[in-house]
Amino acid sequence: MNVIVCVKRVPDTEARIRVDGSGTGIDTAGIKYDMSPYDAFAVEAALRQKEAAGEGEITLLTFGESAAQETLRKGLAMGADKAVLLTGEVTLDGLATAKVLAAELESTDAPLFLFGVKAADDDQSQVGPMVAALTGRPCVTGVSTYEIQGDKAVCHRDVEGGSEVLEVDLPAVLCMTKGPNEPRLAALKGIMAAKKKPLEEKPAAAAEARMRVTGFSEPPARAAGRIVGEGAGAVDELVRLLREEANAL
Amino acid sequence: MANVLAFVEQRDGVIGSAGREAVGVASALAAGLGGQAHALILGNASAAAGADGLGAAGAEVVAVGQHDALGDYNPEGYASVVAAHIRDGGFGAVVFTATTLGKDLAPRVAALLDVPLASDVTEVGVDGGVVTAVRPVYSGKAFATLAIDASPAIVSIRPNVFQPAQNAAAGTVSTFTPDVDTSAWRIRVVDRKSAADGQLDVAEAGIVVSGGRGMKGPEHWGLLEGLRDAIGSDVALGASRAVVDAGWRPHGEQVGQTGKTVAPKLYFAVGISGAIQHLAGMRTAKTIVAINRDADAPIFSVADYGIVGDLFEVVPALSERIAELKAAD
Ligand SMILES: Cc1cc2nc3c(=O)[nH]c(=O)nc-3n(C[C@H](O)[C@H](O)[C@H](O)COP(=O)(O)OP(=O)(O)OC[C@H]3O[C@@H](n4cnc5c(N)ncnc54)[C@H](O)[C@@H]3O)c2cc1C
Ligand SMILES: Nc1ncnc2c1ncn2[C@@H]1O[C@H](COP(=O)(O)O)[C@@H](O)[C@H]1O
Repeated sequence: MNVIVCVKRVPDTEARIRVDGSGTGIDTAGIKYDMSPYDAFAVEAALRQKEAAGEGEITLLTFGESAAQETLRKGLAMGADKAVLLTGEVTLDGLATAKVLAAELESTDAPLFLFGVKAADDDQSQVGPMVAALTGRPCVTGVSTYEIQGDKAVCHRDVEGGSEVLEVDLPAVLCMTKGPNEPRLAALKGIMAAKKKPLEEKPAAAAEARMRVTGFSEPPARAAGRIVGEGAGAVDELVRLLREEANAL
Repeated sequence: MANVLAFVEQRDGVIGSAGREAVGVASALAAGLGGQAHALILGNASAAAGADGLGAAGAEVVAVGQHDALGDYNPEGYASVVAAHIRDGGFGAVVFTATTLGKDLAPRVAALLDVPLASDVTEVGVDGGVVTAVRPVYSGKAFATLAIDASPAIVSIRPNVFQPAQNAAAGTVSTFTPDVDTSAWRIRVVDRKSAADGQLDVAEAGIVVSGGRGMKGPEHWGLLEGLRDAIGSDVALGASRAVVDAGWRPHGEQVGQTGKTVAPKLYFAVGISGAIQHLAGMRTAKTIVAINRDADAPIFSVADYGIVGDLFEVVPALSERIAELKAAD
């Protein structure tokens, strides 16, 4: 079965974020980028599905700058078969992004589209379900693992204080979260092979953003904390502060 | 002039604090847009139980959609009913909660209505008739202020950040039977296991007690459960990724970059070093307490209060002291 995995290039989770001179974006100088962590879980899930079935083609799809090639090559090195890069300017309007991706996805007949639950830059948790609504497909979010059974995907997910198994008719959209399967690291062989795998780059259909960024700020620095004391002897004072000063207990 | 709708979650007729916060935000937005605050609750026959209380939380009009098939959340059923209700009501803005359910529902509704969604916002306002919102981006390392050029303007609010309104007014409550076509649903629940009944989700609790690798093993979690129970209600357990990856605790409890984002009023980090990816999930907590034997652990740089020491001595003493005070209250 063919699967398309939508992956996004985002600042590395260790990156220090600073507001740029315009005050409506971030200073990208010196930032290292990587595949968004949940998207790596989605790629891993697709690879496992393909290995279990012994057939199928995995296509990576991204919307972003040309530099996102690097992110796609990483996914190809993990084992995906080909990649498509839609170049254009990504904004904080997730619906605009969803429309760009949906238009491309509709041009394929892949029965399964995988997303991360949330991108590590805009943190919107919305593009997957939006693509599902736009393409008229059902969507399950927060999936940690799934299996294909005939024309259905059986999805496992953790919910408040428990777990759930859901069955969804294909074609479908699944939004993957962290589960038991750690994303694999690309081996040297994979990295070499990735260089020869097809990577198509083409301009994205124009996306009209209807959420304007009017300001960007760094979080107020937390007031320097206080070491109340050492060991169990500090407990009475801690509890007093929590009650009387922080009003938290 | 436009009315504002809050979508309010209920479970077995009980409305959580996030739902009342959504109504409070809707009433503030309605004041800014010169309209009324409405609330929508969906569920089966038991759904209306909490509806009366929403007036006091700020809702002037409460609609309860009741249908046997809506007893449990179903994404397809809920999305189409909520989208239809918004279309029919002509609302100028809609407020969801960024809970597990809200994160699943709000983007579908927004796409069905062809309007953008500002997710997980921590501030909202109205500026010259335009709804504005502030939302954390880059895991809380920055905040973006947005102007939403669409009607309805849709936001989902981060739980525990907003105050519910304190209106004395009683809202009018009415029920209706939504159109639901279950034959069109393509998602079915085949199994549901609850590990521990009635446990709060870590993302929704007002107080979180989290343990890290310093806990040494899953057999010591009784210590954290003891602290949770001493504090009482509205408390959930959380964990660092190291703990979840080691299989000591379930994935649903992980706080951080690849786990849940929490904003409780009180967060205990016990035996957690405070890696940047952990901070990503809890830095907006109002008060942070760290217990760690390493005085140089990075968690102390974000903690409001810290105790340097062995958690195996500190935590039992802490539980005991809190239990003592609670008993005296
Ligand atoms: C892409 C990516 C995503 C990630 N996502 C997350 C995430 O979502 N959440 C997350 O938590 N991490 C995440 N991490 C991992 C993160 O970098 C850290 O490895 C992790 O948070 C460490 O967990 P810890 O603090 O429990 O363990 P450690 O770093 O090992 O810290 C244990 C602490 O316990 C203290 N300690 C030990 N014994 C005692 C004692 N007896 N009494 C008191 N204190 C004691 C030690 O001093 C130490 O500070 C992510 C990493 C990456 C690369
Ligand atoms: N520009 C993009 N290109 C490709 N996939 C994306 C893009 N933006 C978001 N996604 C996908 O949608 C998921 C959720 O993103 P978000 O709604 O922005 O948090 C991500 O994990 C990706 O799978």
